[in-house]
Amino acid sequence: MTEMMSEIKRDHMMKMLEDGKRLDGRGVTDVREIKVITDVIESADGSARVKMGKTEVIAGVKIIPGTPFPDTPNIGVLTTGAELIPMAHPTFESGPPGEDAIELARVVDRGIRESGMVDVEALCIVPGEEVWMCFVDIYALDYDGNLFDAANLAAVCALKSATIPGEQYGKGENKPLPITCTPISITEVKIGNTLIVDPNFDEEQISTARLTVTTDDVGNFRAMQKGGCGSITLDELSLCLDRAVEKGAEIRKIIG
Amino acid sequence: MEKRNARQTRELVVPGDILDGTGMRPGENAYVLDGKVRASVMGVRNVFQNTVGVIPLRGGYMPTSGDTVFGVIVDIGPSNWLIDIGAPYPAPLHVSEVPWKVEFGDTSKYLTIGNVVLIKVLAVDESKKISVTMKDSGLRRIEGGRLVKISHTKVSRVIGKSGSMISMLKNMTDCRITVGQNGWVWVDGEDENADVAVQAIEMIEEQAQHPNLTDKVKEFIESKIPQDEEYDDEGDE
Amino acid sequence: MSGHTDMVLVDENGLRIDGRTAEQHRPFKVEAGVLNNADGSAYVEIGKNKVLAAVYGPRECHPRHLQNPTKAIVQCKYNMQSFSVSDRKRPGPDRRSIEISKIISEALEKVVLTELYPRASIDVYIEILQANAGTRCAGLTAASVALADAGIPMRDIVPALAAGKADGHVLLDLNKEEDNYGQADVPIAIIPSTDEIVLLQMDGNMTREEFDHGIEMAVAGCHELHELQKDALKRRYSKKAEEGSE
Repeated sequence: MTEMMSEIKRDHMMKMLEDGKRLDGRGVTDVREIKVITDVIESADGSARVKMGKTEVIAGVKIIPGTPFPDTPNIGVLTTGAELIPMAHPTFESGPPGEDAIELARVVDRGIRESGMVDVEALCIVPGEEVWMCFVDIYALDYDGNLFDAANLAAVCALKSATIPGEQYGKGENKPLPITCTPISITEVKIGNTLIVDPNFDEEQISTARLTVTTDDVGNFRAMQKGGCGSITLDELSLCLDRAVEKGAEIRKIIG
Repeated sequence: MEKRNARQTRELVVPGDILDGTGMRPGENAYVLDGKVRASVMGVRNVFQNTVGVIPLRGGYMPTSGDTVFGVIVDIGPSNWLIDIGAPYPAPLHVSEVPWKVEFGDTSKYLTIGNVVLIKVLAVDESKKISVTMKDSGLRRIEGGRLVKISHTKVSRVIGKSGSMISMLKNMTDCRITVGQNGWVWVDGEDENADVAVQAIEMIEEQAQHPNLTDKVKEFIESKIPQDEEYDDEGDE
Repeated sequence: MSGHTDMVLVDENGLRIDGRTAEQHRPFKVEAGVLNNADGSAYVEIGKNKVLAAVYGPRECHPRHLQNPTKAIVQCKYNMQSFSVSDRKRPGPDRRSIEISKIISEALEKVVLTELYPRASIDVYIEILQANAGTRCAGLTAASVALADAGIPMRDIVPALAAGKADGHVLLDLNKEEDNYGQADVPIAIIPSTDEIVLLQMDGNMTREEFDHGIEMAVAGCHELHELQKDALKRRYSKKAEEGSE
């Protein structure tokens, strides 16, 4: 049966949060343990498997020659997709990506695109005719909250370790995908009046609002997304922005 | 429930493994093929009287008549509530099986979605339809406290031989602790003590195989809650 | 099966391009209990194939109209991830994935003791992370371990392996080149305790002798794979089974 949170658990969690405590012992700004392995899939041009606590995500990059968009004839193409596959959680159903998967993909894409992480101008093969197209595909494998940050991390790590397969297509030597920076997203949710960073599944279930903020290496903001049915105050927004810069820098250091 | 043969080295068997070829009859979680008894689940080989079967290590809870369990209300109809008891099937609780007189359509006034209840399994029929009741003594809606979910296969470890483990937990943490057959355990007491009790229960689940588990748990609780009296070793479950 | 190549798939010494002889399978790796949420899970590698399987159930059957009042149904979904193959695969089930899902569901229904769970569904998810010929076999192999990991009652754990033919030689466990440019592919899955076949497909061109030889090698390979399946579960859980009652 799908898990329905008991009111006992909900009440207990909310009570602890009033004292700034979380069920798993973390402080309100603590991110769970992060584990990243890159180059896990040979058939991909770049790949990464990321664990944040018990949430696990895999991302793969495929780089293929293709036609540029007519309005940007010399610029490479970047596309991000995500799937919430049923193995990751008892409530995930089979089928084409629903609104949650689509939102996830678009938020991750925004962070990567707006930060200019991939130097798309360096992906031109034949001006006006042929460019490298970079497909990033993300799959949730085990869902315990905060797919936004885990997916972003997996996509970023897969791209950072990706190789343009020039030899496979007779378009020159293989070389690393040109990367300019490392965008990191930090997601928080609001429970009652408390904002907590890197929510697990249970915390997401009792939260009212969610904010994902993506920063670049110098601490500038590149993307944001508010989700959930609740609201956040201006002060809360300010707190989230501060935390996004601080925690973003911490995670950037971990992944190197 | 006491079909275990304690104090034996237990080897893990997996589905298809041969349990016996000497003519014993199949016990629980076993079947016969070509005169040999084979395991149908992963678990520990278990001999009981003249049968050989398997005590499962994994697998969801399947209710049997008489089980007392905790559940969560997940749906409401005009004359019943649907309860999740951690089984493959939800358990409907009919208005005739609660201690109140509930008018048709008034069900949500008594129990709403998310409420936790302590109920008893009346029967499970051949098509696995489960009927439950809240009419026996002690059965009721549960409020406050903590609900810990462990594997139903570890319930007997939490209770201990003749209730020794659970008595120790209750006495040392000064908490009320009720163990449902489905592995859902309710703990009620002062916040910090309840935290320790919950951690102790999770420790029992994780380290159920440890030979000196009772001592380990005792040490753990002592390190968290100072014990100023001797507790009674004999258990009163 | 219909490609042409100048590549020599089996040389004059009987060695294949990856150095194997005709009767050798690729390296196997099996691990059990690799995911948190799923009731059971497993990870399998056969050569360069990397496969993840997860099981949920028995649980309420969705969609309800598929419920069977006398037993559980096994619903398997096989999916290849976009980056698992050299030419990126568009997300979503294609006709091949749907067929493979069906034959794997049917294979597992034969082995799982479904009568114990009327009206329920046992949901099996197979994700191919990296493909190199033989993914349906690796998938079924992983699914069987995931079912046992979930504690679902079954008669036996099912291994699957393919035989085939390339450059006129009957071979065990085709790799990608042999599958693309060879002359036959025969995936098979058996119940090890009885050698009953629960999955069998064939495409290509084989004489009776060639086919029989292929089956013989594949069945032997399945038995070897079965040992690893059992071992994966024992490694994961045997500490928990050891002496410990009080």
